[in-house]
Amino acid sequence: MASEWLSLFDDLYKAFGETALMVGVSTVFAIIGGLPVGFLLYIADRKLFWDNPLVSSVGSLLVNVIRSVPFVILLVLLLPLTQFVLGTTIGPAAASVPLSVAAIAFYARLVQSALFEVDPGIIEAAQAFGASPARILGIVLFREAMPGFLRGLTITLISLIGYSAMAGIVGGGGVGDLAIRFGYYRYQTNVMLVTVFILIVLVQFVQIAGDRLATYSDRKGS
Amino acid sequence: MIDLRNISVRYRGRGGEVLAVNDVSLHIGEAQIYGIVGASGAGKSSLLRTINLLERPDLGQVLIDGQDITPLKGAALRQQRQKIGMVFQHFNLMHTSTVYDNAAFALRAASKSEEEVCQRVPEILELVGLSDKATAYPSQLSGGQKQRVGIARAIANRPAVLLCDEPTSALDLETAASILDLLREVNQRLRITIVLISHEMAVIKKICSRVAVMEGGKVVEEGDVYDIFASPKHPFTRQLVDHTLNLDLPAHLTEDLQGTLLKITFLGERAENPVLSETTLRFGVSVNILHGRIEYINGRALGLLVALLEDRQTHSPAKVAQAVDYITQNTAQVEVLHG
Repeated sequence: MASEWLSLFDDLYKAFGETALMVGVSTVFAIIGGLPVGFLLYIADRKLFWDNPLVSSVGSLLVNVIRSVPFVILLVLLLPLTQFVLGTTIGPAAASVPLSVAAIAFYARLVQSALFEVDPGIIEAAQAFGASPARILGIVLFREAMPGFLRGLTITLISLIGYSAMAGIVGGGGVGDLAIRFGYYRYQTNVMLVTVFILIVLVQFVQIAGDRLATYSDRKGS
Repeated sequence: MIDLRNISVRYRGRGGEVLAVNDVSLHIGEAQIYGIVGASGAGKSSLLRTINLLERPDLGQVLIDGQDITPLKGAALRQQRQKIGMVFQHFNLMHTSTVYDNAAFALRAASKSEEEVCQRVPEILELVGLSDKATAYPSQLSGGQKQRVGIARAIANRPAVLLCDEPTSALDLETAASILDLLREVNQRLRITIVLISHEMAVIKKICSRVAVMEGGKVVEEGDVYDIFASPKHPFTRQLVDHTLNLDLPAHLTEDLQGTLLKITFLGERAENPVLSETTLRFGVSVNILHGRIEYINGRALGLLVALLEDRQTHSPAKVAQAVDYITQNTAQVEVLHG
């Protein structure tokens, strides 16, 4: 019994490392890819200084297509891309490729909606004082939308934890994969329960930390 | 200072085209406080926004100090806008920045050095009375304080013109009065030309020297604020002025009036002659004052009285008519309200 728990601990430790890798990599891509794409969608849509209906509708369509494909299917669809980028389709690094693609599309939409939440009056004021587009984007919009960006990132992270569980399908490993293999295929319900419990704690932690950060950056309520 | 020439602004909406501003020409003199008044949807906000080209006029030109700014674009337009401050109804401050950073916004937008910002911002916060709030965030301020930050931001870069878009409409009466006092102080101390729009004639009366009255995208009347109050010509102006001066009588007084009810306007020095007591002595009619007030607009007195004239002894209409003539000759304006 003791050795069984010990080996479970080993498996869990490894699975956690894989989940952390997948979620970490895709979150980094969500930020460096999703932020610019979200800004682009916003600027192309709003009559500020670079409204462009073509970019707006094509970009929006692309984001929607990626978001409407169920993640399990996106995983499979992107196998050639994964193969091309990494030379393999197995392992947590390989699973990070489709996760990153989904994360960019997901976060870009949240960034765009956070930007739309910024009071247009503040942007008008910035224009009235002759602020340059770079200042309006980089200072006014970025700062004012920061609480929204952080809330969006929290939601993205939590979704990615969920998606990463499905990544086991392509041999990505991770906590979700552990739960399926041991808990479901081998009828080890205790493994399933432990992993689910750990996932709940993880998600709670991310949510609380994200909310704290967002509240801190949002001076409206303080 | 500011010349608006034949400005038209069109909006293309679902219900077709709307002419928000219809061929408006105005001249606004240097260091004036110029008011534009009208109901919502009259086009005053669109007109104001053409002065810094936040709204591009479809037709017409905006001249500032003789220079046509309408063709300006890009960096040249931004430089022009840096010389024009703007104050908004809903303040439009950055929530995530301190009072100091909000006040510094226009300076930084104009690429002033941090050294200059450090020197100017405390100066300007002192002027608006918020020196102790530099590190506060807008959410920690009252409405009046937020508008003070808005004014500080607008004048920090020493603009020649300050545009005010309903600056007091989101504030309670007392706070509004203190904001108007501050705007007047800014106008007098810094010689900034102020263009202010409002839907309230009371705001115009308090600080403006000239006013344009807008209705349906057109300027229907324009002139000195005192003159507009003393003798409004257009029906819409008259309605606005009447509403502000508020000489309404309670219903039970107007129901069964005996005699002639007059609205008498006194202007300037003439207000000092004892016209009414003279009338009583000469014509033997009784004068009963039902309502009255004296307004001081730009330091000049404007007296308004609602009085009931009656010949109680002989009930002769002729005597009353003579009395009305006498009052008409000796005061600025007499309007017979009844009888």
